[in-house]
Formats: sequence, structure tokens, C-alpha cells
Amino acid sequence: MSDALRAETVTIKGHNDDEIEAYLARPLGDEPRGGVVVIHHMPGYDEATKEMVRKFAAHGYAALCPNLYSREAPGADPDDAAATVRAAGGVPDERLVGDVDGAAKHLNSLEGANGKIGVIGHCSGGRQTFLSACSLRIDAAVDCYGAFVVNDPPAGMPPTMKPILGLAPQLSCPLLGLFGAEDKFPSPAETAELSAELDRLGKEHEFHTYENAGHAFFAVDRPAYRVEAAVDGWGKIFDFFGRYL
Amino acid sequence: MCTYQTHKIEISGSGKAKMGWISLKEAAVYVDHPVHLQQDHSVNIDFIDPARGPSARVAVELTEEAALALADAIHEAIAAAPPGLAAAGTRS
Repeated sequence: MSDALRAETVTIKGHNDDEIEAYLARPLGDEPRGGVVVIHHMPGYDEATKEMVRKFAAHGYAALCPNLYSREAPGADPDDAAATVRAAGGVPDERLVGDVDGAAKHLNSLEGANGKIGVIGHCSGGRQTFLSACSLRIDAAVDCYGAFVVNDPPAGMPPTMKPILGLAPQLSCPLLGLFGAEDKFPSPAETAELSAELDRLGKEHEFHTYENAGHAFFAVDRPAYRVEAAVDGWGKIFDFFGRYL
Repeated sequence: MCTYQTHKIEISGSGKAKMGWISLKEAAVYVDHPVHLQQDHSVNIDFIDPARGPSARVAVELTEEAALALADAIHEAIAAAPPGLAAAGTRS
């Protein structure tokens, strides 16, 4: 099996058939493969997120990260784009779902696609992963420290952060949750509540909460990075996608 | 944590962005994760001109102590100058 891969910026159709920018990485081999939609964190469509996209391709998946800020900030630096969208109150849920759906369709249109789609997201992308998995037909979803799935956000937060636990009955696939014990958003109590609700509904899920890790422990370019949690977490992600995609 | 909360004010001034000097129309102040400062959270201030797009931005990420010291220094500098010297619309 070749380890060659191709990574590039492409244009895909997102919500409302809007043309949006996305970063695609895929192996050059012709083996059938699953697709992974990577939902970037609130700081944007940045280098660290693109590195994750390439990592999935290196592990045999076609991976695609839509630039959720394409409409507000085409061509802008990721940090400038994130500041603009932040000031505007974030990405609306409906649009996010449409963009993830567009990304999944694009992945399934590629040569070698086996029709299976995984979704993964970090931070705000963790909540958006749960939202996508409850709104679309997905085969496996990974929520990395997504907050405000269960609890109301503190006063003054934008309306785009409303809790979405009520969507849990529609969860369409197994869910892997990776959280930090020192995180406050989501706190271990919040993720335990989500787990209990998924148990009650009979929804397949697997949650891990790492000691000595807080929010953003996968972020290699930030002081929140915790190597033990991140290395173990990546192992769990590839094991999980290996079973379902 | 990600706070998502942003305090926005209208301002009048100029700043130097990547594209050169720009007029500044708004400032956004928020406590959240920094892009560059190597700590988990910082006081972030974006000075922007929304009409010129996302790249028309002058950004700073400060520690809490630095942000409060800056606020004090601004008050002290203005108090030490003749009243109204830098008020909006003034020209010598």
C-alpha cells in the first residue's frame, strides 16, 4: 500500500448550494476508503486543523474540512476570519449542518469512496459534530470537548450556542466523546449527563475523560496541549473510525 | 474554556494593519484563547474597520495584568495632557 497522499484547497457546495472553500486530503492509492469531515474549531480553518486533515489521509481516509467562515471572510487569514465571525455571533446551526452535508456529499463523490462518513470536531466543532450526527445520516462521530450540548451557556453568549440535548433521539451513529477532566466547558458533569441521556435512549457511545487535561488538549500549537491525552485520544479515534468507516 | 462573549464599542482612530494604515471604526474586547500568546487565555482586543473586510484588523492579545496596566496608562496619559487635546474632531 502506497503512503502517498494529495492535499489541496478545493471548492465544494455547502448550505444552500453556496460555493465554499474546503481543504481536502486523500491517499493516492485506489483502495476503497471512508470519508471524514473535519469541523474546525472556533479559531478557524487554521494550520493545525489542516494538519489533522492530512493525518486522516495518512491513515487511509479521504478527509475534508470546510471553511465555515468562507462566506464572511473569503481569502482572509484564519485569525482575521475567526475574529469577524466571532463578532457576528458565530455560525448558525442550520448553515453548519448544510455545510457538513455538502462536505459529506463531496467526499462520497470522490473515486474510491466506500460511502461511509465520519465527522469529527473540536471545541465549538465538538458541539457541531453532535449537531451534525443528530441532523444527518452519519456513520461515526467524534466529539472532542464540545460544550453547550447539554447546559445553557453563561449569560451574554450568542444564540448560536444553544443546548441541543433535545436532538439526542435523532443521533444517527455511534459517538466517541473525548474530554478533559479539568475542562469547565464542557465539565465532566455535563458530559456525564449527556452519557446518561444516550444510555437512556439506547444510543451507542463511548466517552473518555482524561485526567490532567483541560479544554483543547489536542491543540499542538497551544499551551493546552497534553501529550498523553492527545496520543491516547488519536489512538481511540483511529480505532473507532476503523470499526465504523 | 471558550467564552464567546465579546464587548464591542464604536471608536474613531487609525491603526496599522497588515495592509497598512487603516481607519478604525470598532473595537472588540474579549477574554478567550489567544492565537499567539503562549497561555490558555488572554484579553484580546481587535481594532477593526468592518467596511474594509476581515483583514482590516489590528489585533493584540494581552495578559490580564497587561490589559489593566494599559487601561491605567491610557487614563494617566490623557489626564496628564491638556483637557480635550486629543478629543474627536480637534485639529491644531
